[in-house]
Amino acid sequence: MNPLLMLTASELSQMLRAGEVSAREITAAHLDRIAAVDGDIHSFLAVDSERALATAEALDDRRAAGEELDELAGIPIAVKDLFCYTGLPTTAGSRILEGWRPPYNATLTERVLDAGLVVLGKTNLDEFAMGSSTESSGYGPTRNPWDRTRIPGGSGGGSAAALAAFEAPLALGTDTGGSIRQPASVTGTVGVKPTYGATSRYGVIAMASSLDTPGPCARTVLDAALLHRVIAGWDPRDSTSINAAVPDVVGAARRADVKGLRIGVVKEFGGEGYQPGVEQRFREALSVLEGLGAEIVEVSCPHFDYALATYYLIMPAEVSSNLARFDAMRYGLRVGDDGERSAEEVMSLTRGAGFGAEVKRRIILGTYALSSGYYDAYYGSAQKVRTLIVRDFEAAFEQVDVLVSPSTPTTAFGLGERIDDPLAMYKADLCTIPSNMAGNAAGSFPCGLSPDDGLPVGFQVMAPALADDRVYLVGAALEAELGRRWGGLLIDQLASREVSA
Amino acid sequence: MAITPAEVGRLAELARISMTPDELAQLAPQLEVILESVARVTEVAAGDVPPTSHALPLTNVFRADEVTGSLPVADVLAAAPAAEDDRFRVPRILGEQA
Repeated sequence: MNPLLMLTASELSQMLRAGEVSAREITAAHLDRIAAVDGDIHSFLAVDSERALATAEALDDRRAAGEELDELAGIPIAVKDLFCYTGLPTTAGSRILEGWRPPYNATLTERVLDAGLVVLGKTNLDEFAMGSSTESSGYGPTRNPWDRTRIPGGSGGGSAAALAAFEAPLALGTDTGGSIRQPASVTGTVGVKPTYGATSRYGVIAMASSLDTPGPCARTVLDAALLHRVIAGWDPRDSTSINAAVPDVVGAARRADVKGLRIGVVKEFGGEGYQPGVEQRFREALSVLEGLGAEIVEVSCPHFDYALATYYLIMPAEVSSNLARFDAMRYGLRVGDDGERSAEEVMSLTRGAGFGAEVKRRIILGTYALSSGYYDAYYGSAQKVRTLIVRDFEAAFEQVDVLVSPSTPTTAFGLGERIDDPLAMYKADLCTIPSNMAGNAAGSFPCGLSPDDGLPVGFQVMAPALADDRVYLVGAALEAELGRRWGGLLIDQLASREVSA
Repeated sequence: MAITPAEVGRLAELARISMTPDELAQLAPQLEVILESVARVTEVAAGDVPPTSHALPLTNVFRADEVTGSLPVADVLAAAPAAEDDRFRVPRILGEQA
């Protein structure tokens, strides 16, 4: 493996600024890596080699001319195929958008381009970001670089696998119920869901608008923070965007100090259904943080037990409404337009042919939950329980600074293992959903390999809304201390396996 | 709470998704299991709890009423399934069921 591939974005940035490497060399190394391994891993749905190299060369010229550039200028990034980006297809992992080229860029796409990041291509995801394994992608699943018979998590499995396979040092994801954090957990990478509204949804294909939150994916906490700084901030084109200062996430990642911090362990997230190896590594990480001077207390959030049920009413309700726009009229697939059939018939045929099983399941579920006679019992009740979950967080954050739990109850499960059992699949998001319900900040950080199967385990940190910096503070402290014990990052162990093989 | 394939068929019609009898037969028992599971929310949703529709309540978000450029027609129609005379060409809309 080219040694450039194993460096962090922060290290690459220092070398670029010192003139020790060019953006073109870095980009070419990653494109070569993608060409070598992606046939197997399938992180990418589209690779943008020519434009990436041209962008990198232009940046090298600007740097040579003495221009002041962003810290991440010249660093490659992989973008989840849910963000509109002109010049390449944006498919959302769905056949209904096969080959669709958006006429505009998402705000976050613009921000990474403005900062001089080099977009390598678009990454695979569950169809319309609905799933926990990438198996619902209309273009085939992504494989977990730790074990290619296992899922890379989802929906952002392509972005997480691209990081773990050293195909890119940074990636963009979106998190509606855990789609950044669960893939990070099962691939031994870092993923943060910012506070809802801290990152713009403009130009990001919608799943559930009251929950969808774009965020950074990386191999280190500092890299994720550097990307967070680039993408966060008010966007007048998103009416739910927060017009407030972005917390100093980079400073928190550098400080990495948890002395005196009160850390609450969510009592409800453990026991039955949790893999013993996951619980063991989680408990060990708690002792690490305690050893660094944090105060660990147990906290009860009784309504978190209802979060999964609440999510599977609110999210499908929003899905059924949001996906009505795929009507075969203005963009995407059109099936059965024979001059005889009506617009309505064409719409039904197109959606029947273009949507996969999970998307249909959620639209039908949402249609049921919103239908008259059931609305109050289902959707109405779910909105009330959402309030109770928010109140649990409020009560907890009066006692502690952050809450922690395993990111997901198990390590990466096998491809195909849960595809015919929707409820089992949904349980992968058991621990991540509460933060989406409350809209606060949360992240997943590697805390070791499970002793029972040797696969990565993720440690989740949840912080109050607009206190995203605390997520990075705890993640960075954990990463630094575990790194001292392991002699490097968890992901380096995967790289050294490849070198020794 | 038994859900029949015929009921799923009605929902699919409402959602404008054409589905085969096999798909309906497969989805019906899955929906039943999911709905049984999510019905738990009614256990704790007491009458006096206000609903939350958005995590961070923002109200009356307006932008300035300024004229700005729109996307070029050619760019937008390039992605259309069918176009004619600078417009989207769509199938007939009359003669449908209500």
